[in-house]
Amino acid sequence: MQQFSMRYIFGFCALICLVCSLMISVVTVALREKQEINRHLDKQVAVLRTAWLVSPDEKPSPEQVAELFKNIRVHVIDITTGEPAEGVTPETFDDAKAPTIPVTENGPGMPEVPKLVRIYEILDEQGKTKEFILPVVGKGLWSTMRGFLALDADGNTIQGLSFYEHGETPGLGGEVDNPRWKELWKGRKAYDSNGNVAIKVRKGPAGPPDQDPYEVDGLSGATLTSRGVTNTLRFWLADQGLGKFIEKHIRNAGTGV
Amino acid sequence: MALGKKERLALLDPLVNNNPITLQMLGICSALAVTTRLSTAIVMSIAVTLVTGFSSMAVSLVRNYTPPSIRIIVQLSIIASLGIITDQILRAFLFEISKQLSVYVGLIITNCIVMGRAEGYAMQNPPLLSFLDGIGNGAGYSLILLTVGVIRELFGSGRLLGFTVLKSVNEGGWYEPNGLMLLAPSAFFLIAGIIFIVRLTHPEQQEHA
Repeated sequence: MQQFSMRYIFGFCALICLVCSLMISVVTVALREKQEINRHLDKQVAVLRTAWLVSPDEKPSPEQVAELFKNIRVHVIDITTGEPAEGVTPETFDDAKAPTIPVTENGPGMPEVPKLVRIYEILDEQGKTKEFILPVVGKGLWSTMRGFLALDADGNTIQGLSFYEHGETPGLGGEVDNPRWKELWKGRKAYDSNGNVAIKVRKGPAGPPDQDPYEVDGLSGATLTSRGVTNTLRFWLADQGLGKFIEKHIRNAGTGV
Repeated sequence: MALGKKERLALLDPLVNNNPITLQMLGICSALAVTTRLSTAIVMSIAVTLVTGFSSMAVSLVRNYTPPSIRIIVQLSIIASLGIITDQILRAFLFEISKQLSVYVGLIITNCIVMGRAEGYAMQNPPLLSFLDGIGNGAGYSLILLTVGVIRELFGSGRLLGFTVLKSVNEGGWYEPNGLMLLAPSAFFLIAGIIFIVRLTHPEQQEHA
């Protein structure tokens, strides 16, 4: 076999790297826009699924999504004040560029969380507020889980919970996607009679919502993911998270933002 | 394109006689992970087949210029690039399925079949043969994946490609879905079963301790 000089070896490496990175860059740049559209649509569908406006098996077309979104008002909320963020238009708000605030204790497993979040207000046919879809983000076992919590206009009853982005173990923690598990959240209560966050994922099965209003079945084989879900919800429902907003604009007003 | 005997052998031999999963025992990990539904199995099969084909061809194209001391990392760079490109394409055009396949598309890079063919075949053979060998091995992998996918989706959830075939009890039918089929171990049992059948009909594949 032929001998290669050190210079040749380094040169060859550089060339291979250059060609490979060029190929990847071209593909990534060319497809970015399409991926963005997909991601945006996926998030909208997640909102609709959390609100049970789209069933878990249904794959709505972009037109259907746009139609359903006519009954949804989008707000950007500053979680430190619980008020709509000033100088921000929801249509042009970019979640990825939102400022963050550090979390010191009782966090969702992340050192910092976004200060401004997008929430969705679902209206019924008469234009009355039916429920709110609130973003939740927190750490599971492996990954950052991003999802939505549907909270009734009474500011306490949970209508649904779903995660649209996570990297938990398929079949175990990944079951946060499971429609049957999501179904279990319907009708549970977020806060107890003293106004403290009470909802949690327990270990093992929980009863139906009227007997067991604050607990949801644990995911078997996924204790840490379940704990992550509990911590995430507790953070976002508490004052550090969206608690102030829920207090001011849902529970007390009842009429929306 | 007329194929000579050698080309045909490279393409067809890996289907049964030299199947990467049943004989070489490569690529089992992803075969367990993506076969609970047929749709993901199909997309994964196509992705792996194309990546194996093109990476083998690319590795073969540069084989005479590749210094042996860095050949593995060169193969890895090529395979990884193709893996990333596949992932990007799926995200743009098959978003739902790419979400279900999640990490496993990225893990095509570590799929032993791809590396195995690059190192074991493409380094010694010309590009066209290597390409065919890659496609053939990908197809052999696909064959097993699809078989397992059909069995698991059908008996695990009573559906095929999302269409109800056996109406399950939950939906008011008669079929009690076999939950085991949705768990990873079932793929082990099925693959072991397939290996058993293949070796029974092809005794030359049996290993003697």
